[in-house]
Amino acid sequence: MLDLSKYQSIGAALKDALDQFASEVCLIESDREREKERLTYREFKLRAHPLARALQDAGFKANDRAAIIMTNQSKWLISAYAIFYCGGVLVPLDYKLTPEEQWQLLAHSNASVLITEYPIWRQLAASPSRTLATNPKTILVTEAPPNADLSGAKRWEEFRGNSEPAFIPRKRNDIATTVYSSGTGGRPKGCMMTHENYLEQCIGLTSIYPFAPGMRYLSILPTNHAIDFMVGFFGPFICGAAVVHLRTLRPEYVREAFPKYKITYVSLVPLVLKNLQKGLQARFEALPNGKRKVFNGLVAINKAFTKGQPRLGLSRLLLKQVHEAFGGELRAIIVGGAFTEPQILQFFYDLGIPVANGYGLTEAGTAITVNDLKPFRADTVGKPLPGMQVRIVNPDADGVGEVSVRSKTVMSGYLNEPELTAETIVDGWLMTGDLGRFDPTGHLQLFGRKKNMIVTEEGKNIYPEDIEAVFESLPVKEFCIFAANYIWPKRSMVGEQLLLVLHLEQGQTLTDDLRRDISARNSRLLNYKRVHGIVLFNEDFPRTASLKIKRNILAERLAQQDRASTVLPL
Amino acid sequence: MRTIDQTTQEVLTLASKHFQVPADSLAPDDDFFKKLGIDSLQALELLSRLENHFGIELPDYEVQGVSDFRTLASRIQSRL
Repeated sequence: MLDLSKYQSIGAALKDALDQFASEVCLIESDREREKERLTYREFKLRAHPLARALQDAGFKANDRAAIIMTNQSKWLISAYAIFYCGGVLVPLDYKLTPEEQWQLLAHSNASVLITEYPIWRQLAASPSRTLATNPKTILVTEAPPNADLSGAKRWEEFRGNSEPAFIPRKRNDIATTVYSSGTGGRPKGCMMTHENYLEQCIGLTSIYPFAPGMRYLSILPTNHAIDFMVGFFGPFICGAAVVHLRTLRPEYVREAFPKYKITYVSLVPLVLKNLQKGLQARFEALPNGKRKVFNGLVAINKAFTKGQPRLGLSRLLLKQVHEAFGGELRAIIVGGAFTEPQILQFFYDLGIPVANGYGLTEAGTAITVNDLKPFRADTVGKPLPGMQVRIVNPDADGVGEVSVRSKTVMSGYLNEPELTAETIVDGWLMTGDLGRFDPTGHLQLFGRKKNMIVTEEGKNIYPEDIEAVFESLPVKEFCIFAANYIWPKRSMVGEQLLLVLHLEQGQTLTDDLRRDISARNSRLLNYKRVHGIVLFNEDFPRTASLKIKRNILAERLAQQDRASTVLPL
Repeated sequence: MRTIDQTTQEVLTLASKHFQVPADSLAPDDDFFKKLGIDSLQALELLSRLENHFGIELPDYEVQGVSDFRTLASRIQSRL
């Protein structure tokens, strides 16, 4: 592993890694049964340098922004490296957003380069929202069919410079990426992450979960997500490990990938982990009675021997078939993006498969706490990573208060949002908006949110303000959207839902027509962004002088009503 | 060659079998996430079943953002 304390930037560290681990495999890409690509670090460099040169020839220079909208694949990482090599700022965008949302963020980020895949570009180019962003001057599209109409874009595969690119050094405090933690509606939250943020986060994470040449990370979470960027790109690369990409994420191909590529680590969102648990449980329950008893006995022995710490060798021996289904080399499943129920974590730990759960947010540079497995504590989100100062602000009688963080990994601020930045980072402390407390052994436990937002099991952050546009001109006096737990606080991080609060006109009622209108608008939202219930409120919404809704005061008033009888199903 | 209506009908029949709901409870314009109460992973399982039935490969990007049976059927039809 490279000593990252000696480096100034992501680009400089990756540059050295490509030379130091030249003959190691760094990328494997598979499409169903077919292996499409297998690259060594040397070959990766040979692909990336001509791209970097061509970008420079096209005028791309230090501090310019380049966006990537791609599914997880080798060209994502090659492009990202080329951008860093040129001293550029990477803007990784979520490929699952709608074209309109993507154009909004492209405009907000002011990216001069866009690198995307042909199927995504087809939709982007045809979208009327294309007029929102005129800033991308160079648009590169991968895997376009031979006769495809590229509507102004260039083929990524042919965008090659002829000479060696110039490496443009950056300093630790320079911006490396702008990562959108959420917000495509009124207020996009583009987290400006510095090179230092990534270097320090990587030092902390790899001290607990190290990579090494020969190890293989299965990249399933989107690479634009802070977790996959760290453990599915930067972390393994600076250690000489390999990243495996799958072009289809159907459960059967994901399952096959574990034994086929002898996966060492994988990151999953809680929803996928839960699904995995369900599948395994069904298989265990289908075992004949006698075999099931033996199996349960072996699980009990494993539990007894791994109480204090994981013993991978022993677990693999005792529960051979389970571990072989995961390839026999799996060291840990990293779970993130949202809160995971303790019983799911415990289920896997009892099988001898540690789940590295933790807690973090993009603004803090991925992870704040991680379970260090000494011992495993399913009921907590682990201890602060090295270099993280975590404190609980305004704790109540139970010790529960807002979690705040100070660390070299905390973002420098939100792009173009100085006020929002000042509200979020106070005297150097990042206010997370999440509620938690430390137990006597220093493990953090979470107890809901202070902020008006939800996080889905798929790891999606949804801010109510961002989806209100869909309900604009709804024929009611006024409306707004809330996270249900913001109105009626619940000490839980799961099952969060959004509610539509309606103030009807004098004499107006909630008719079937109005309900249909609401449902139709709701259907236009991606399924994880939809509201789940309606709340009727018969007073004017409290507003500021500039007519913005005072959401905290409105929430307090709504909270005086009983949740169960107030929320109407949609 | 199937017509789009036939393809749509077959999609509805397979979905009803896969998720064990009455065939006549599903309509082409239904949002399958909402109507079947399924998550994105369960939707991926349905896609695998549809691929086997129609003998095609549907890349993940083709079904990205699709949530109703009619659009899903049209994506399948374009690959038959």
